[in-house]
Amino acid sequence: MKFEFPELPYAYDALEPHIDKQTMELHYTKHHKGYFDKFTAAIQGTELESKSLEEIFSNISKAPAAVRNNGGGYYNHSLFWKVLSPNGGGDPTGPIAEAINTQFNSFAEFQKKFDEAAANRFGSGWAWLCVKKDNSLSICSSPNQDNPLMDVHDCQGQPILGLDVWEHAYYLKYQNRRPEYISAFWKLVNWDQVNENYKNARR
Amino acid sequence: MKTIKVLIVTIMCILLVSSPEIMAQTEKKPVSKGKTSHSETTKPKTSSQTVASDLKGAKEGIWGEWMKPVGKLEFYTLPYPYDALEPAIDKMTVEIHYERHHRGYFDKMQKAVSGTDAAEKNLLEIFSNMDKFPDAVRNNSGGFFNHALYWDNLTPKKQEPSRQMIELIEKSFGNYDSFVKKFDEAAANRFGSGWAWLAVDIKSGELFITSTANQDNPLMSIAERRGIPLLALDVWEHAYYLKYQNKRTDYINSFWSVVNWPVVEARYNQFKSIMEKVK
Ligand SMILES: [Fe+2]
Ligand SMILES: [Fe+2]
Repeated sequence: MKFEFPELPYAYDALEPHIDKQTMELHYTKHHKGYFDKFTAAIQGTELESKSLEEIFSNISKAPAAVRNNGGGYYNHSLFWKVLSPNGGGDPTGPIAEAINTQFNSFAEFQKKFDEAAANRFGSGWAWLCVKKDNSLSICSSPNQDNPLMDVHDCQGQPILGLDVWEHAYYLKYQNRRPEYISAFWKLVNWDQVNENYKNARR
Repeated sequence: MKTIKVLIVTIMCILLVSSPEIMAQTEKKPVSKGKTSHSETTKPKTSSQTVASDLKGAKEGIWGEWMKPVGKLEFYTLPYPYDALEPAIDKMTVEIHYERHHRGYFDKMQKAVSGTDAAEKNLLEIFSNMDKFPDAVRNNSGGFFNHALYWDNLTPKKQEPSRQMIELIEKSFGNYDSFVKKFDEAAANRFGSGWAWLAVDIKSGELFITSTANQDNPLMSIAERRGIPLLALDVWEHAYYLKYQNKRTDYINSFWSVVNWPVVEARYNQFKSIMEKVK
């Protein structure tokens, strides 16, 4: 498969004031690009080159750490940029709103659970909303650049919303105040994209 | 194998608790007025001890604190001003790192042990049985302890390793440069949050380099390689992001300009004197 480094769907300063321009630029051009470059270097000349990311992740326990860390970093950030938008935020809409209400009683209860997953992930990692095999939703978190598509992960599923809680995602603006960053995240969530992801994840 | 190591660490705990004079042998306390310690006046001072004695950063601090029950511990006092490590580590980073992160670990550690058996145990006892305690104890006691080691092994005064230290390093790593290279690699390759360590193997007395995830450390029973930590480097992004952003290697290079070698050596000497007592 030909892997491409995705374009950022908005300007570096588009998510101000919730995510500052400098963080955005470093995060995309240094961290994300770094994962992408190291991932393509790690699979170069191996049989993984012909596989899709999903295939690679489903067998990640047998791949070298460089593939796991950088492949995860490449995929996770690509998803992250897409579920954020300068016009995002507010209450969820469409099918995902219904599914959230059905499964978590309310958006507020869902948010509380997601916030906990994001706040309690010790060290570096991600919080996720996933669609499980039975099409139900699940909230979980993963360490470092792991994700729920990886066979090593105890909460398997198709991620449809992700939140980066590595310190690099918020430190310049929020320093140690991760909960403030998590609150700001809700003002940016692109529910149209989450609906799209939700549709594609259901089977 | 594992049981032997646990046993030795436990013996050390007991020794350290019951023999305060062992502690005194290798720690340089700041000279206190009107009180002269016999051992201090009769024992020849090594050059590193002399350097250490006028360094606030080299005070025994955490070593004595180790032996108190965790519930009785007080928060660590930073031995220098926030801007003391400039330009290697900037003022704002030190202030937030110490006042928010480090203090946060301490407070959460107290909350986690409060009303439990852990409150009666000292840090070494907890680390030696880490798998028997909840994550909140592991993360926050590690966070409290590791940062205390870190601040203590940094100094605003440029220090060089002593002859003894160089010889030790050469014995384990061939030469000083390959030691630095190995340590740098451990620090750079720790993916995500964690620490790089120079430690001493309890059984062989050899120095080794390792890294741990999150707030784990080489004293913990769950560590990949166990030993007594001599030098600690925090490679969580919070330790360098404000100044270095994604350039962790620049932070690692700057770290060497603020390493407090007398403290590293004092830790080694303490280990050695404990092992002589055990024999
Ligand atoms: Fe990130
Ligand atoms: Fe830290």
